[in-house]
Amino acid sequence: MPLPPDRLLRAYRQMKTIREFEERLHVEIQTGEIPGFTHLYSGQEAVAVGVCEHLGDADWIASTHRGHGHCIAKGCDVTGMMLEIYGRRDGLCKGKGGSMHIADMSKGMLGANAIVGGGPPIAVGAAIACKARRDGKVAVAFGGDGSCNQGTVFEAMNLAVVLKAPAIFVFEDNGYSEHTGADYAVGSRDIAGRARGFGMPAETCDGSDFFAVHAAMARALELARNGGGPSTIEAKTTRFFGHFEGDPMLYRAKDEVARHRETMDCLRIFRARVTTEGLLDDAALDAVDAEVMGLIDRSVAAARSAAPPTAADLLTDVYVSY
Amino acid sequence: MAIKTYREALSDALAQEMRRDPTVIILGEDVVGGLGGTAGEDEAAGGTFGVTAGFAAEFGRRRVIDTPITESAIVGAANGAALTGLRPVAEVMFMDFMGVCLDQMLNQMAKFRYMFGGKCDVPVVIRTLMGAGFGAGPQHSQNLYAMLTAIPGLKVALPSSPADAKGLLATAIRDNDPVIFCEHKLLYGETGEVPDGEYLVPFGKANITRSGTDVTLVAFSRMVLLANKVADKLAREGISVEVIDPRTTSPLDRDAILASVGKTGRLVVLDESDPYCGMASEITALAATEAFSSLKAAPAKITPPHTPVPSTPHLEQLWLPSLERIENTIRATVGKRAA
Repeated sequence: MPLPPDRLLRAYRQMKTIREFEERLHVEIQTGEIPGFTHLYSGQEAVAVGVCEHLGDADWIASTHRGHGHCIAKGCDVTGMMLEIYGRRDGLCKGKGGSMHIADMSKGMLGANAIVGGGPPIAVGAAIACKARRDGKVAVAFGGDGSCNQGTVFEAMNLAVVLKAPAIFVFEDNGYSEHTGADYAVGSRDIAGRARGFGMPAETCDGSDFFAVHAAMARALELARNGGGPSTIEAKTTRFFGHFEGDPMLYRAKDEVARHRETMDCLRIFRARVTTEGLLDDAALDAVDAEVMGLIDRSVAAARSAAPPTAADLLTDVYVSY
Repeated sequence: MAIKTYREALSDALAQEMRRDPTVIILGEDVVGGLGGTAGEDEAAGGTFGVTAGFAAEFGRRRVIDTPITESAIVGAANGAALTGLRPVAEVMFMDFMGVCLDQMLNQMAKFRYMFGGKCDVPVVIRTLMGAGFGAGPQHSQNLYAMLTAIPGLKVALPSSPADAKGLLATAIRDNDPVIFCEHKLLYGETGEVPDGEYLVPFGKANITRSGTDVTLVAFSRMVLLANKVADKLAREGISVEVIDPRTTSPLDRDAILASVGKTGRLVVLDESDPYCGMASEITALAATEAFSSLKAAPAKITPPHTPVPSTPHLEQLWLPSLERIENTIRATVGKRAA
């Protein structure tokens, strides 16, 4: 069933917000104001949004070190995220988490995660909770092609099958685990095949096509919400930046990113399809672009001028109370 | 002697041992980089901080092995290779990632020799990055050496200088027990004199980096640099600080610490690991139980607070022991206020 125009526009807005958030961070990082390690999601937007457009606040996701896109797609406040990345007191995690640990329980966002393979077992736990409550909700574990080689992920997949947990494993194969190609590091080169080996349905889709991801997620949800247990989506995608900001990307052909920006840009692909099919017009999409640019500008300005945490904040939130 | 960085000194030791002994291999994530992908199989990383840059070209990819992101398998495979005749130097990119592979460290490698009745060697080295000060957040900044020191069967080395980086790593590789080799990420660019040629620093032998008579300041890893700075400053005021860098926490040079405390009668321990059950706790307990009659003042601990390492530098800098705090603690311990 085709999505109505307001839903299409919302999906576009989400993807565009992620894109501009990341492209802007890439620029702002040059100023030296942003601490720590930052891993950008540009290029993969259709995956986060194609999946999360199906979810509400009461569904759960567990994310990765490359988590900004998942956070935005799941509804985290963009300015709160920007403040967090700048290490400010009013950031979503009070500055204590930073880029790799953005979380918002009220939005069903169980956290970005700086440990590759850290998220999937947590997502299975969330799925068990959904099943226990019989609330019809699901949990999604996002991971990259790198995470599909971690034992923790295998254990999470098996447990989800054993318990028929309403969990959905989404592997975003962007071609690289850090500085090494997935075509080397993923032994079978077939992540979906691995998932089938654990006894769950799995499909591979074009991660630069919002509609392909959205349709795959619809099937996974149908299964999970009707007691069918877990399934896996392997989305073939690309990242437009390095593993982390500052990575010279020596492992990629010099023209690869430029080529992928031409041929695998999910925003361009989306726009071409919805305008060709007459579902949305350029004017509406351009208006979203302008709106998003304004939001990102405001969030950066807010982050720059926001106050840092105080000394007293260092000792809070280790436990409920001391 | 030549002036080298900590990073270069580590590379020197690794290369020296790999040339000397063909059973030494390296394995880990992106120790070379560039396998697969679209740029050909040229080296793309050479390790996170470039320590193994150029190694694949010299020693070949059969001895310098890139793995997927798979810490349990990296450490487990290193264990298996060590039991069967190789001397693997495995890399756990950040010490925090040991959470993923702790079984292979605490239940497997640490126990083999003992539970197999002494009938095996376990010549594994785990090289790992640790330490706060990089804004890298709660899962990329921890100093877990005290936890590892507590596990019988593991040796733990904490080089604080380029020379020790070279000498301790070579010793670690030749050691027939598992060694957790902890490299502080803020030390890679530090420079110092490094002996040319084969150079070994024995385990369990502390380095007295400053001699003194008023107070013993025991410090580990990067904290040794701060300890030396404070000692030099206070020396100009007539407070004589003896700085001891134990270099390894297992084995620990208890004799050197006790001899120094016997001389000075005062002890301050400066430790970037956690305040409870950490090295500072251990060494103050050592002085209290073994040198009580020598003590003229209560031993003092300088550690971070009992919290995770915060991401934002505003809090991270408060989390880390500061020069000012070290100085004030020493003044209080020796009973001399700032002039």
